[in-house]
Amino acid sequence: MSDELLAVADRVVAMARSGEQVEAVVVRGTDTEIRVYGGEVESLSSAQSQGVGVRVVVDGRQGFAYAGSLDESVIAETLAEARDNATFATVDEFAGLAEPDGVATPIIDLHHPALEALGPEAKVALAIEIERAVRAADARIVGVESAEYADSVAESAVATTTGIRTAGRESTCYVATYALAAEGDDVQTGFGFSVGRDPAELDPARAAAEAAERATRMLGAVQPASGRFTVVLDPWVTAQFLGLIGYTLSGDAVLKGRSLFADRLGDLVASPLLTLIDDPTDPRAFTATDADGEGLAARRNVLIDDGVLTKFVHNAQSARRAGTVSTGNAVRGFRSTPDVGCLALSLRPGTADQAALVAGITDGVLVQEVSGLHSGVNPISGDFSTGAEGIRIRDGQLAEPIREFTIASTLQKMLRDVTAVGSDLQFLPMSASGVSLVVDDLTISGS
Amino acid sequence: MGMIDASVLERVLASALRTGGDFAEVFAEDRRSSSALLDDGRVEELTSGRDRGAGIRVVVGDTTGFAHTADLSEAGLLAAAEAAAAAARGGGGGVRTVALGPVIAPGRGFDIEIAPIEVPKARKVALLTQADETARSVAGAISQVSVNYSDSLRRILVANSDGLLAEDETVRTFFAVSCVATGDTGLQTGRETVGHTIGFELFDRYDIDDLARRAADRALTKLAARPAPSGQMPVVIGSGGGGVLFHEACGHGLEADLVSKGASVFAGRVGQQVASRGVTVVDDGTMAREWGNIAIDDEGHPAQRNVLIEDGILTDYMWDQLRARSEGRPSSGNGRRQSYQHLPMVRMTNTYLLAGTEEPEDIIASTERGVYVKHLGGGQVNTATGDFVFGMTEAYLIENGEVTEPLREGNLIGNGPEVLQRIDALGNDFAMGPPGTCGKDGQGVPVGDGVPTLRVTSLTIGGTAA
Repeated sequence: MSDELLAVADRVVAMARSGEQVEAVVVRGTDTEIRVYGGEVESLSSAQSQGVGVRVVVDGRQGFAYAGSLDESVIAETLAEARDNATFATVDEFAGLAEPDGVATPIIDLHHPALEALGPEAKVALAIEIERAVRAADARIVGVESAEYADSVAESAVATTTGIRTAGRESTCYVATYALAAEGDDVQTGFGFSVGRDPAELDPARAAAEAAERATRMLGAVQPASGRFTVVLDPWVTAQFLGLIGYTLSGDAVLKGRSLFADRLGDLVASPLLTLIDDPTDPRAFTATDADGEGLAARRNVLIDDGVLTKFVHNAQSARRAGTVSTGNAVRGFRSTPDVGCLALSLRPGTADQAALVAGITDGVLVQEVSGLHSGVNPISGDFSTGAEGIRIRDGQLAEPIREFTIASTLQKMLRDVTAVGSDLQFLPMSASGVSLVVDDLTISGS
Repeated sequence: MGMIDASVLERVLASALRTGGDFAEVFAEDRRSSSALLDDGRVEELTSGRDRGAGIRVVVGDTTGFAHTADLSEAGLLAAAEAAAAAARGGGGGVRTVALGPVIAPGRGFDIEIAPIEVPKARKVALLTQADETARSVAGAISQVSVNYSDSLRRILVANSDGLLAEDETVRTFFAVSCVATGDTGLQTGRETVGHTIGFELFDRYDIDDLARRAADRALTKLAARPAPSGQMPVVIGSGGGGVLFHEACGHGLEADLVSKGASVFAGRVGQQVASRGVTVVDDGTMAREWGNIAIDDEGHPAQRNVLIEDGILTDYMWDQLRARSEGRPSSGNGRRQSYQHLPMVRMTNTYLLAGTEEPEDIIASTERGVYVKHLGGGQVNTATGDFVFGMTEAYLIENGEVTEPLREGNLIGNGPEVLQRIDALGNDFAMGPPGTCGKDGQGVPVGDGVPTLRVTSLTIGGTAA
């Protein structure tokens, strides 16, 4: 099927005029989303969508246009729009498409035909099962705010006048649920999920148990007193922070003076315990891919090695401006030009699981959820402060639940303050995986 | 406007109900957008986009089946109708005919003066360079500037098996300036945005240079800022800049879909006092030219002005078609969706707190020690517990009744029902704030908000200073 998309991309590229670089990104997705409530299907969405993005670079000027259709007449209009848009851009000697760089596309198994073989009834059954399991997990579970199954088969093709020609497809699916636990007037929530490339890889029982556990263990939570604490970040929380740290390592942010690590290559910027890797070639990662948004081979990049900053990520244009080569980190959908970003971040796991990490802390906090990362974290200045909920740690044991507090520090300081990395690597429905992380000296604001 | 013929819509709706089904709906959308981005001193790119298609839903009992298509031909719509009906798994059958009524197109009571699509691209680009130059001229410490222009034209058509046929056309125009300032303390940022449900006349209402200077000043101010305090203290929210507080503290919790699932702290509390006396919160889709303005919602219902909290008493929730239908009441015009590829759900429009009578200066002067938040960032709420956060992007200490030192960024955290009861001062200076995008279940829709200057007696400030 991807050949079909590549053929569409080829046709766009064939329309290039002399002196023009043209790139076409063609995508098609088949998505299913099932939400259940009270043992019944609340909604079932099933849809195919497609789109094309066309980039034109002529005389150092770039223009772009997209359309949510693969209709021939629409594609021709889109190319004409992109061409017209290019005439208004500032001339930039570094503007231009990616060019083949000889890096072999990794062979990874990202598409499981089993997903497409499965009918809607079996998918509905998975969503109903996770909801039932949450309700059955504990007498204090009074409701399920949401229980859903979703899957997607995404195909894409990229072709350019510079000789790029790649196509691929990926399948993903997940089940996710929000549990509501109550005791008297006290209501708490907990989130659980499981991801895979086909439904056989999903573990709805574990997802349900986690949601129920996370909700019930928060019952009775109170606001803690303010203070500075050693904090254990749950893998889910660590992964969200990795996404923000990834931004600071974008070559584009570095070149444009928006990265707090701009002049720090080769410096010790983090605890020597930290090794941060962007590896989209690991098929276990939810966002694994064999090619980046410009059609270059995806590759494993070590960004921080034993605490030393070793690399920034680049797409073709940012690499040219920086006088280096693309690291295969163009990120985009068909509605935009390629940005620069990390594709599948992870920390090298340590040797202790979360329970062992907690056991080593006499007075601390386990943070199981954070909120307001978009409003309280500034990845340019590094200042951060996020809402949080979790469990107090006393004498190596999980003690009372706490809520309505914030954790604050700076990204720079937090990276240096890491004192242990957990062994509990978790792959999550986002572009970073998580491990438990012990951070000394975070400020907790409460009562 | 005629995106799709009424006779075609009638046949598609009848087909959607062929295997049984209580309700069917066609939502068609044709969206054109254009944007221009300047960054690092260069006009990096202009982008044009076109998205066009239809989403069809079929409701059987409590189950909704949904499918969408980019093919607006009768054959394409029939295929989507069949897929939606299959997804809803209707059991019955039989033939139902659908007769659509006259087109409802209430309009907005104001005209778009300058259609952005008619404006030469060169004029849009000129705005970018003007803002860039002005922002950089403010101070040498302004080390980076990016400027965004965007506009959209969204035509929608809704037809359903109740015979409703409604159409609308919405134009929105948006402009943003983001600055980075570099100093001894590192990097700081400042951003200013304007957006309205109007055309290119946006730039007759706002001075681009003024906007660019304010973005630059916000970044420069923070270079000298000290870490925000940690712990509880009184918070004064500035006029216009802080509407997101109510969006998070009570807005989401008053959405009927969350209420009916027991996932809101405000469930079962209609008629009760949930906020301080004097607090009146309104959600108003009819508010002319504001970012969350709509003529009809995405289910074809005319926009309304809905009073949610009146003088502290909870008066009503916000409703979409399905929730209202199951409660046997009318929709409140709050059924919205990101695009034809999404199901509608209960969403806010323009949510605001009515003005009080106090002079804003008096509110600050009567605050011994606290934080003055002039400009808020986004926020997030857990509607089941009521705990919410919102970011402060421009804030100052209040000491002895005076606004003093600037503070670095951070989140504030509170509990919605508690915070609503702790509002002890309302200014007479109501203003709407900057345009927002509200996210819920992965769908973003444009929303507006507004507040007068107000004081909350105690909120937790999430800084690092003692």
